[in-house]
Amino acid sequence: MPEQLAFTIEVFLNGLMAGVLYALVALGFVLIYKASGIFNFAQGVMALFAAMTLYGIMNGQVPFAHLINAIFGTEIHYFGWNVPALAAILLTIGVMILLAWMVQRFIFRYLVGQEPIILFMATIGLAYFLEGVGDLMWGSDIKTLDVGLPQGINETIDETTFGWFGYGFFIDNLDIVASIVAIILVAALVMFAQYTKQGRAMRAVADDHQAALSVGVSLNFIWILVWSLAGFVALVAGIMWGAKSGVQFSLSLIALKALPVLMLGGFTSIPGAIVGGLIIGVGEKLFEFLIGAPYLGGATENWFAYMLALLFLVFRPQGLFGEKIIERV
Amino acid sequence: MFYREAGDFSTTYPQDSQTFPIKFDRWRYYAVLFIAVVIIPFVINDYWVNSIFMPFLIYAIAAIGLNILVGYCGQVSLGTGGFMAVGAYACYKLMTGFPEVSMFIHVLLAGGITAMVGVLFGLPSLRIKGFYLAVATLAAQFFLVWLFNKVSWFYNYSASGQINAPERDTFGILITGPNTEAWATYMFCLIFTIFSAVVARNLTRGSVGRQWMAIRDMDIAAEIIGVNPLKAKLTAFAVSSFFVGISGALFFAVYLGAVEVGEAFGITKSFLVLFMIIIGGLGSIFGSFAGAAFLVLLPVALKVIGVDWLGWPTDIVAHLNLVIVGGLIVVFLIAEPHGLAQLWRVAKEKLRLWPFPH
Repeated sequence: MPEQLAFTIEVFLNGLMAGVLYALVALGFVLIYKASGIFNFAQGVMALFAAMTLYGIMNGQVPFAHLINAIFGTEIHYFGWNVPALAAILLTIGVMILLAWMVQRFIFRYLVGQEPIILFMATIGLAYFLEGVGDLMWGSDIKTLDVGLPQGINETIDETTFGWFGYGFFIDNLDIVASIVAIILVAALVMFAQYTKQGRAMRAVADDHQAALSVGVSLNFIWILVWSLAGFVALVAGIMWGAKSGVQFSLSLIALKALPVLMLGGFTSIPGAIVGGLIIGVGEKLFEFLIGAPYLGGATENWFAYMLALLFLVFRPQGLFGEKIIERV
Repeated sequence: MFYREAGDFSTTYPQDSQTFPIKFDRWRYYAVLFIAVVIIPFVINDYWVNSIFMPFLIYAIAAIGLNILVGYCGQVSLGTGGFMAVGAYACYKLMTGFPEVSMFIHVLLAGGITAMVGVLFGLPSLRIKGFYLAVATLAAQFFLVWLFNKVSWFYNYSASGQINAPERDTFGILITGPNTEAWATYMFCLIFTIFSAVVARNLTRGSVGRQWMAIRDMDIAAEIIGVNPLKAKLTAFAVSSFFVGISGALFFAVYLGAVEVGEAFGITKSFLVLFMIIIGGLGSIFGSFAGAAFLVLLPVALKVIGVDWLGWPTDIVAHLNLVIVGGLIVVFLIAEPHGLAQLWRVAKEKLRLWPFPH
C-alpha cells in the first residue's frame, strides 16, 4: 500500500469527522429556518455562549463578576463550588430555553412579517449583543471546557491500521465521540419532527404559518420551542468544539463555516445539512492536503468551502436537497 | 417654519431638478460644506483628525459604496472588507511602483481596480439571490484576504507580511507617511468624500439608479419592463466596489499607514460597514453619513465615558460596546427599519409645520 494513498484515506476520515461537526452547527440553522423563515446568524454565537455558560456554571463563576467589581470596587470572582458536569449541562439547557423565550418575546414578536433580509440582520445584531453579554458575564479569556469526554489519539485504530497499511492513522477520540453524538442527535430530531405532536405542529408551521394558526397551532409556542431546540443543538456543538479547540471567540466563526454547508445542502433539508457538512469537511481537508499545501502555500481551508459553494450554486441555485425555487411577479 | 416650499419658484428645468429643491435645505447644505472645507481645517488637531474625522470620512465613503449595492440595488454583500483590501493593496502597489505620480491618481486607480474585481465577484449575482449571494460574497472576503496574505508579490516580499505606506505627496503637500499635517490628510479625505457623495447622489437619481431600484424592488418585474439585469447588477457592483476601493486605499495609505490584511480588512470590517448602512438607513446617501458618524462616535464616546470618567477597564467597555451596538441594531430594525435617515425625514416634515402643526 503506497504511503500517499494511506495519507489520503486518513485525511478523508478526518475530513468526515470535521464535516460532522459542521453539520451539527448547520442543523441548528435548518431547524430555525424551517420553522420561522429566519436565517439565524447568531447560531455560532449561541454555541459560544452555551459553552461559556456551561464552563461558568461548572466552575462556580459569579456572572457579571468583572462588571460588578468595576462598578462597586469589590473583588468577587467565584462562588467557591464546583457543579458536576451533568447538572451543569441541565442548568445550561435551562439558560438556553430562557434565552429562546427572551429572543422570541423581545425581538422576533415585533418583526413578524418583515422581509427575510431584515430578520437576518436582526440576528446579526443579536449575535453581537449575545457575544458582548457572554463576555461581560463570564469573561473573555480562553477556557478549556472539560466535561469528561475522551481525548487524544485512538490507539485501537492506530494499531489496526498499522497492521493493515504499515502506517497508523491518527484519529482523535473526541472526533469519534462527536460523530456518534451528532448521529444520535440527528436521529432524535428527525424522530421528534416526524412522530410527536409538537414535531408535527412544528412542520405545519414550517409549511404555512397562517394555515397552522387556523387549525389552532400556537405560533408563539412553536417558535420558542424551535429556538430552544436550536439552543440545545448549539450547546452540543459548543461542548464538542469547546473540548476540541477551547472556548473562545473563534467558536462563533463556525457559524460562517456552516453557511456554505447550508448552501450545498439546501436551507430547508435536515439530511441536506448532514450531506453538505460531510462534503465540505472532506472537500476542504482533501483540497488542502492534495493541492493547497503543496502548491498554493496552505491555509486554503479559510476560503475553500465558500468557493465550492459559490461554484456549486451557479449551477444549482437551490442546493442539493432544497426545494425548487419558483418565482412569480 | 423651516423646509417650506412656499415662495420657492423654479423658472428653469435645471432649477426644477436640482438635488436640494428647497431653499432652506440648499443653504443648510452650503453651510455644512463651508464649515467642513473652510473652518475645520484651521481649527483641527491630530487627535480630532485621527480618532474622529478621518475614520468618519473614510467609512462614509465605504458606506456610500455599500449602500449603492445593498440599499439601492438590493444585492446583499458581506465582502466589503475584502474589497477594501483590494483598494489598499492596489494603492500600495501603485505607490511603490510609480512614486512620482500624484496620490489623487493612485487612489482613483485603486478604486478602478477594485471595481473590476467587484464585477468579477458580482457575476454570480446573476444566478444567485438573497442569502445565497451573501455567502457568495463571503467567498470574496475570505479568498481575497487569503490571497493578500499568501502571495508575497502583493506586499513587495516584505518579511513581516505588512504593507507600509511610503511618503507620497500631491501638489507638493505630504499626504502619506509619518510626517503629515493634520489639515492635509483631512482635506485629502474630505475631497474624496464629497466627490463620492455627489457622484453617488446623482447616479442614484438618474436612469442608472432607477434601474438599480427596480431590480431591488422586484427583479423579475424589472426585467419584464425592460431593465437589463446584467447591466444593472454589474454596474451596481462596479460603482459600489469603486467607492469601497477608494475608502480602502485611503484607510490604508492615509489613515493607518501600515496594514496587516487579516486584521484591518477582516470579516468584522464587512459587518461594521453593513451596520453603518442599516443604522443610517438603507437606500439613502445621508443615511450613509449618519451611520458612519454614529458607529465612529459611539466607541469614542463610550471610551471617554467608561474609561476616562468612570475608570472602568478597557475590556469591559469594549464588551459593552458590542452589547450596545448589537442592541441598537435590533432596536432600530424594530422601531425604524429605515434607520436614522428616516428619523431625519420625519424631523424635517415636523419642522416644516412647526410651530403651528394644524
